[in-house]
Amino acid sequence: MQRTFSSPIGMKAVMAVTGLAMVGFLIAHLAGNLLVFAGPEALSAYARGLRKIEGILWVMRSGLILSVFLHIASGIRLSLLNQRARPQKYAVKKRVKSTFAASYMLLSGLVILSFICFHLAHLTFRLTHPEFAALDPFDIYQMMMISFKSPVLCLFYSVSILLLMLHLNHGIASLFQSLGIWHGNINKFVQVLGAFLSFALGIGFLSIPTAIFFNLVQ
Amino acid sequence: MKLNLHIWRQKDKNAAGQMKTYTLDGVEESMSFLEMLDLLNEQLIAAKDEPVNFDHDCREGICGACSLVINGTAHGPQEAVTTCQLHMRSFKGQSDIYIEPWRAKAFPVVKDLVVDRSAFDRIIQAGGFISVNAGGVVDANTFLISKNDADKAMDAAACIGCGACVAQCKNASAMLFVGAKVTHLASLPQGQVEKKERVLRMVKTMQDEGFGNCTNTLDCEAVCPKSIGVSHIAKLHREFLAASLTTTSNS
Ligand code: HEM
Ligand code: FES
Repeated sequence: MQRTFSSPIGMKAVMAVTGLAMVGFLIAHLAGNLLVFAGPEALSAYARGLRKIEGILWVMRSGLILSVFLHIASGIRLSLLNQRARPQKYAVKKRVKSTFAASYMLLSGLVILSFICFHLAHLTFRLTHPEFAALDPFDIYQMMMISFKSPVLCLFYSVSILLLMLHLNHGIASLFQSLGIWHGNINKFVQVLGAFLSFALGIGFLSIPTAIFFNLVQ
Repeated sequence: MKLNLHIWRQKDKNAAGQMKTYTLDGVEESMSFLEMLDLLNEQLIAAKDEPVNFDHDCREGICGACSLVINGTAHGPQEAVTTCQLHMRSFKGQSDIYIEPWRAKAFPVVKDLVVDRSAFDRIIQAGGFISVNAGGVVDANTFLISKNDADKAMDAAACIGCGACVAQCKNASAMLFVGAKVTHLASLPQGQVEKKERVLRMVKTMQDEGFGNCTNTLDCEAVCPKSIGVSHIAKLHREFLAASLTTTSNS
């Protein structure tokens, strides 16, 4: 065990499993959030419904918090090892098959981290908008309406989501390779899946602040 | 062709190196890349200058000695060839060529473009072998091996250990090399006995030598002169995870 997880291959496996768990969360989170297009009642009912399964919710939350922590810790540790492996840089260096997304995983990851912190302060702990206090605590719809009328907030959310899309564009396909699933035709399927899923998640999340900002949500 | 060659010059292991520019006239398209460097060196020697040191041996793409990063790509712009098999016609219309050594902490520069790749030898020594009883030669075909497994082992065994994968990888990872060696032996019946210890020891040595780690960018397979694919790295991951989770010994 110790030998597995102290080695880079073990750490990569941890990144892959925790990354997959976070992708699972993102899919569920997006599905819930898209209810904003179904109107205020649907969204509040969803928020209330979640409260009813508080027990299960806490199990899932703990898993998610642990995943975020392990993912970031392994990511930073591996990135440091990798930087140390080439102390002298090339004067000229080309990417051959490597993508833009694959080259900036640590950077996109760190922006996502800062976004996660802000996002929690914004809609979970509600520290950024004093006017939320006057609302019903389950009136997520109204909170979104107030928030995304601000161009600055919209821009920050959009940039973060675009970087998440970039991170997942490499990350989803990469996690299969890290777990040793890359042979025959599976790799082509995995690459298509990664491109599709990252794109779908990105567009889905982007649609919410964009639609609210341009008054497209009733 | 008339070329401006920007070449890494470094006196010895401990000296600080730098890029130096040389102008070379009379290069023909039919010359190989190394012949072009020979031409430069003849001129440098005639001018009583120190010739540019670079590694080469077979000059026919089989030994794995030649090792140059050309314009930012290991073994130059052509797919699936070594530097010695590259010809100047690939540089038609270009006048500036940047030539650098493999760069990795585990491959220290010895002089100019020559690097010390003995880290690869130490990885092989750690597990890239099978133990057999010495004695009479075993009859051919004593071990039955399926075509599929034989093909897989042969694909992996095509690795010539040149180190281009390390040179190109943004993390200077040696996992394509180690993956090829592990897959090669793990696919064959003769390799089963030491299968677990092999992968554990080779990965440990790879780490201790200071190589980085794969982030699945696929740049290694793109420059491999023998077109060895990253599915070998996936196999390395499977072998390592299985072995490290099921072995209790400290070998
Ligand atoms: C919603 C949040 C996130 C999700 C869904 C996510 C997802 C993923 C996935 C699926 C992978 C591929 C794992 C693999 O290759 O085995 C990955 C890799 C990575 N992630 Fe994240 N990640 C998130 C946040 C972060 C954060 C906050 C960081 C900050 C350090 C980060 C840094 C990295 C790094 C450095 C890699 C490895 C890069 C590589 O393999 O090239 N990620 N991520
Ligand atoms: S000199 Fe032998 S492979 Fe190039």
